[in-house]
Amino acid sequence: MKAIGQLILKEFKLELRRKAVVSGLALYLFSTIFISYLAFALRQNLITPLVWSALFWITILFTAINTIAKSFIGEKRGLDIYFYSIASPVEVLLSKIIYNFLLCLLLSLTGYLLFVLFLNDPIQDKLTFVVTLILASGGFASSLTLLSGIASKASNSNILMAVLSFPVIISILLIVIRITKNCMDGLDPSVSYDRLLSLLAINALVAAISYLLFPFTWKS
Amino acid sequence: MKSNWWKILSIILLVYSIIGGLLFAVPRLNIVNETIRALYFHVPMWFGMVVLFLASTIYAIKYLRNPNFQNDTYSVEFANVGLVFGLLGIFTGMIWANYTWGSPWHGDPKQNGAAIALLVYLAYFILRGSVNNEEQRARLSAVYNIFAFVAMVPLIFIIPRMTSSMHPGSGGNPGFNMYDLDSKMRMVFYPAVIGWILLGVWIASLRIRMRIAEEKIIESENENA
Repeated sequence: MKAIGQLILKEFKLELRRKAVVSGLALYLFSTIFISYLAFALRQNLITPLVWSALFWITILFTAINTIAKSFIGEKRGLDIYFYSIASPVEVLLSKIIYNFLLCLLLSLTGYLLFVLFLNDPIQDKLTFVVTLILASGGFASSLTLLSGIASKASNSNILMAVLSFPVIISILLIVIRITKNCMDGLDPSVSYDRLLSLLAINALVAAISYLLFPFTWKS
Repeated sequence: MKSNWWKILSIILLVYSIIGGLLFAVPRLNIVNETIRALYFHVPMWFGMVVLFLASTIYAIKYLRNPNFQNDTYSVEFANVGLVFGLLGIFTGMIWANYTWGSPWHGDPKQNGAAIALLVYLAYFILRGSVNNEEQRARLSAVYNIFAFVAMVPLIFIIPRMTSSMHPGSGGNPGFNMYDLDSKMRMVFYPAVIGWILLGVWIASLRIRMRIAEEKIIESENENA
């Protein structure tokens, strides 16, 4: 447990030292949203709730893939060997998942604020929507971290990351989009309960599988 | 599986299901009409695909527990044949949809789910193509195989059951309710399912033997050189 805390702390410290990476991600998010805004510039009425939700989740999906991809792909060669000599692979994975979860959550909340600022805010049930954002970030973090570990070992990592993650992430995305629809229609939160529950179940499943499989990916 | 009885059984079952599937009486249902016969050919593809992908995943797990060339070959070839079954399933489904729904691709949740499931395994082959080290390729692809199979389960087994769909047998087991009442169709359907699964395993076993033989030839050439 202590090692996990230390490793998360290390991720934060590294991130703050390489400010260019985080600011790069923030700028990526901002540019994507700004492009959506410019594309619809004078036709705000075209952004129906469904279009909003599609734009929002596509933006969040690609930001999440880019954010989490760097967790293993960006690392210097040899650095991983050092980490594995001081901590168990499971500790490394868990610390990365937790860290990526926090980063994803931060970026998706920022994304939501920017969407409200530039486009509009069709979400009526804000509390459920934020819970959805938390669960979606958890799902992205727990599934993409393992894939980033796999992709970092291959030759064309960046393309591979998108290709590998897309089919795996879709079941999370489909559920999330339905919940977003409920939130936009201002339905009672209880309507979304079983969807939220199945999202939680998928998260748990994916996290458990990552936990079991990760030790095999770095053994080389 | 050295004996041949199951290969002969597969041929007999398939010949029976093709003749029976095209000639036996089927119930008259609105809209579906004679296309109900697609059931004998379309649905067994999915059964075959799931069984083959499951076998592929089991061998992936075996590989991680006991890394050797054989387990990896089994895993790849089962996935290969499973992918072919999946593609045939999609195509037969599109032919059927063209006559009953009016267009080959209707955006039905089950069609989309099936398409995504195939994307998973296409990504699996791309992953295999982009790792050069053989041992690493086998290990990483085994990890992805298991991960992908688990991620696919909600996609083709759970989500389609949660959403409304025009696919026959909706609201329950996909593709089943419609003919549950008709025991005559089962007489052809179950043999067809078993026959196609056996055929899939047969094709996979041939490809596995071929790969292992090729590997042996390369090894002996290296020794001679």
